[in-house]
Amino acid sequence: MSAESSVIRVNGTAVAPPGDPRVSLLDFLRETLGLHGTKKGCDQGGCGACTLLVDGERILSCLALAVQYTGRDVVTVEALADGDRLHPVQQAFIDHDGFQCGYCTPGQICSAIGMAGELERGVPSHVTEDLSAKRAELTAEELRERMSGNLCRCGAHNGIVAAIAKAHQAGQLSDSGRAAR
Amino acid sequence: MNEWSSSKRGDLSRRRMLGVVGAGVVVSALPSRSGAATRPGAQARTAGEGLVGAPLPRIEGPLKVRGAAPYAAEFTFAGMVYAALAFSTIAKGRIISIDTGAAEAAPGFVHVMTHVNAPRMRPMMPWASSEKAAGNDAWPIMQDDRVRWNGQPIAVVLAETQEQADHAASLISATYEEEPATTSFAQAKANGTETAVLGGQPVHIEIGDAEAALAAAAVSVDATFHTPYQNHNAIEPHAVTVAWHGNELEVHDASQSVVHNAWSLAQILGIEEHQVHVTSPYVGGSFGGKFMGMHQVLAAASSRLSGRPVRLTLSRAGVYRLVGGRALTEQRLALGAGRDGRFVALIHTGTSTHTPDSPHPELAQFVSYSSYATGTLKIDLQWAHLDMVANAAMRAPGEAVGSFALESAVDEVAVALGMDPIELRIRNEPQADPLTGLPFSSRNIVEAWRAGAKRFGWERRNPTPRAVRQGDWLIGMGCGAGSHMYARESGGAARLTLTKHGTATIDIAAHDAGMGTATVLTQITADQLALRLDQVRLRAADSALPGVVPGIGSSQTTTAAATIIAAQRKAVAELLKLLRRDSPLAGLTADEVTPRDGGLAKTDDPARHESYSSILTRARRDELVVEATGGNPTESEQYSMYSYAAVFCEVRVNAVTGEIRVSRLLGSMDCGRVVNARTAAGQFRGGMVMAIGLALTEETLYDERTARIMNPSLSEYHVPVHADVPEIDVIWTGIPDPQAPLGARGIGELSMNGTAAAIANAVHNATGTRVRRLPITLDQLL
Repeated sequence: MSAESSVIRVNGTAVAPPGDPRVSLLDFLRETLGLHGTKKGCDQGGCGACTLLVDGERILSCLALAVQYTGRDVVTVEALADGDRLHPVQQAFIDHDGFQCGYCTPGQICSAIGMAGELERGVPSHVTEDLSAKRAELTAEELRERMSGNLCRCGAHNGIVAAIAKAHQAGQLSDSGRAAR
Repeated sequence: MNEWSSSKRGDLSRRRMLGVVGAGVVVSALPSRSGAATRPGAQARTAGEGLVGAPLPRIEGPLKVRGAAPYAAEFTFAGMVYAALAFSTIAKGRIISIDTGAAEAAPGFVHVMTHVNAPRMRPMMPWASSEKAAGNDAWPIMQDDRVRWNGQPIAVVLAETQEQADHAASLISATYEEEPATTSFAQAKANGTETAVLGGQPVHIEIGDAEAALAAAAVSVDATFHTPYQNHNAIEPHAVTVAWHGNELEVHDASQSVVHNAWSLAQILGIEEHQVHVTSPYVGGSFGGKFMGMHQVLAAASSRLSGRPVRLTLSRAGVYRLVGGRALTEQRLALGAGRDGRFVALIHTGTSTHTPDSPHPELAQFVSYSSYATGTLKIDLQWAHLDMVANAAMRAPGEAVGSFALESAVDEVAVALGMDPIELRIRNEPQADPLTGLPFSSRNIVEAWRAGAKRFGWERRNPTPRAVRQGDWLIGMGCGAGSHMYARESGGAARLTLTKHGTATIDIAAHDAGMGTATVLTQITADQLALRLDQVRLRAADSALPGVVPGIGSSQTTTAAATIIAAQRKAVAELLKLLRRDSPLAGLTADEVTPRDGGLAKTDDPARHESYSSILTRARRDELVVEATGGNPTESEQYSMYSYAAVFCEVRVNAVTGEIRVSRLLGSMDCGRVVNARTAAGQFRGGMVMAIGLALTEETLYDERTARIMNPSLSEYHVPVHADVPEIDVIWTGIPDPQAPLGARGIGELSMNGTAAAIANAVHNATGTRVRRLPITLDQLL
């Protein structure tokens, strides 16, 4: 096994996987690495608060065992901003009041970025009309459908949708953060 | 001391580092979390005056979008261990034996606490039984072998990691001696109910003979409404990180009542209040579910026994097991009217589920106290006791489900009369509070109805049910009224510090679980002192700070506003005493000056001005500190004070499948002055979204044989998701309330009320089917 494939890259930094194979990627980030930006809402794949990016795709880190992510690139909310400069999606969430308590927010933001890649790859959703399209359009209905795995209990849905739509229109949604730049 | 600003991040990082040491991982190269989050106030360099009302962005926004705001389970202590709970599997009886041997032998095991070895502790005190009591029950906490509900914690296991704790807890087994339990609503009613009690008074009101007036009414509706158990389901599960330092207890909590929780933990654990320090700088949603609970006590006690700091995060199922929610209700709503539409009788009675000592009555009937002039009125609430987890307060307790019944019935009467439902409501506007006779402080619901109807396009509504169709979709419009009683807590207090640099700090133990409190209180302080936002620092959500300001009853802003105003007055009086004889303000009294442009000015001659900085510097003072209280809310004794909502809804119902989609929603509010247009809109929309869930998707299901909650997860309890939430329009009258501090009444719960009825009434308009049982599931439309 090469050195590269025996470590997990977290926000660009190589870290050794946990010894305990039961440890979820979420708990590994939060409890071992002290990266608390990724949130635990249900620990059973029901709320989306733990969404992060692995090799550019969004996953639920509570349903991922950390030891299975060696050789992969994990990007969390902590790596989206460039120093003092917020990621455009982060700024859009502030501008459109896309949060209240802030607990689902990192997951919503990472999920939106991951969604952009799915659109570019033409991955259809439940409401996509043309399944053969090379690239999916982000209508309001598509956006709501594709973000429905990320729950918000405060009721900031309108602001979240507006923020994501704005970033998408500006062509800034697919920027997957500092680690990828 | 925890703050909303980012200045304590260094300290937090250090604590995190402690948590990382020993994990065998290189951490130094990990991205730093200390990327500067500028105070957003710095961007909004608006002058202080006029800040109230401005749609300022949340001051903690940059921290939250970076994932850098620390929540309760993100504080870390050296040597900290993780907790996991084992729950009872019967509803009522005794624990005969509890086998912890396998758990103790499990890898990483540190400690187990059961009723056998738990320290002696006093029970929790329920809300209102004492100034700082904040519990939902008064049951002993792991003090005996009794099982009182299905899902009661019977053991707390501590281990070195969460995985080890979870595994060890799964190895605990108990045997029980079961006793007959009341496990269904029908059984509870058959056992006999008791008349509900509120503030020491039975909930039974009769004005005139409402039954006779109903029988004689030209038009009437008399129906039964059902609403289910519900859970708050804040996305952040309840969590607490605790450490003992000798006899001092440090608690990082997810709480909307830090001062209450510090006091409660002290009285339960038998230590002094000042020995407990509770902080809760960021809370991932609360909605009435995050007051004092059993989990904080279990964490503190097991930490004491084990000698280790403890993190206890409830699993999602654990939240359902330990923290009750909105109680189940069955309501009779009878409304009688004359041919002219004037109401002559209103009867709102019914039964809510209840648990012993619960301070939460689920008083659905409250909404009928003051909504309409009805001539006669009959109110009665019975409690049916089930052996279940204590019910709690959930956003707009009582009113959310009561307004569903009342406003559905009003709609039914409108249909029966062939009258527009808005006109019917306006026709029955009371001139004074129907129950107390008190004058309204400010009631502009008619204006809210008119403005909302115009904006929503109400005139396009076809009053005939099932008359509008597009393909398979039936389309309907409905409306509903909501109200929420004004509240201001008497325990409000704040400390204001003005410095010679012309900056201010406001210290107040208020809470922000997303409501916008931090932003709004900073705004009010800047406004009151005529400072810029970036010159004001707020410290809050810390039990060491002044004030007893729980996040309850939509009262934090009113309570804090009164307090900040009082502190400002006190500071102005003190500043005048410090003036030098050559000050432009010399000789003026407090009545003659006004804060202006970072200092004080003569009210009618602003050129006579001296800055705070100048006043303090010339008086050779580094700072001026005043502490003030907001005083008792006497305004509520002299006036009937409510916020009002007029809610409009359009639904599309699939004629084939019965699927219901809320396609448009508008809330038109009359809530006094709006302090921050942006965060207020968030509150209004938030309540309406939660009410979509109330109307269409949410129900906590329990097994009627065992009283065990069957859907304790976010996969099987359906909160509204993005696809369920349309663009929600919100407007408000903006008419200040002359009796309320700053003219502002409460807004946090208001829009929960009226919205479910607006949806149900729209469903009736679309389909012709009147559904009186929530949630409105598609099977009820087929």
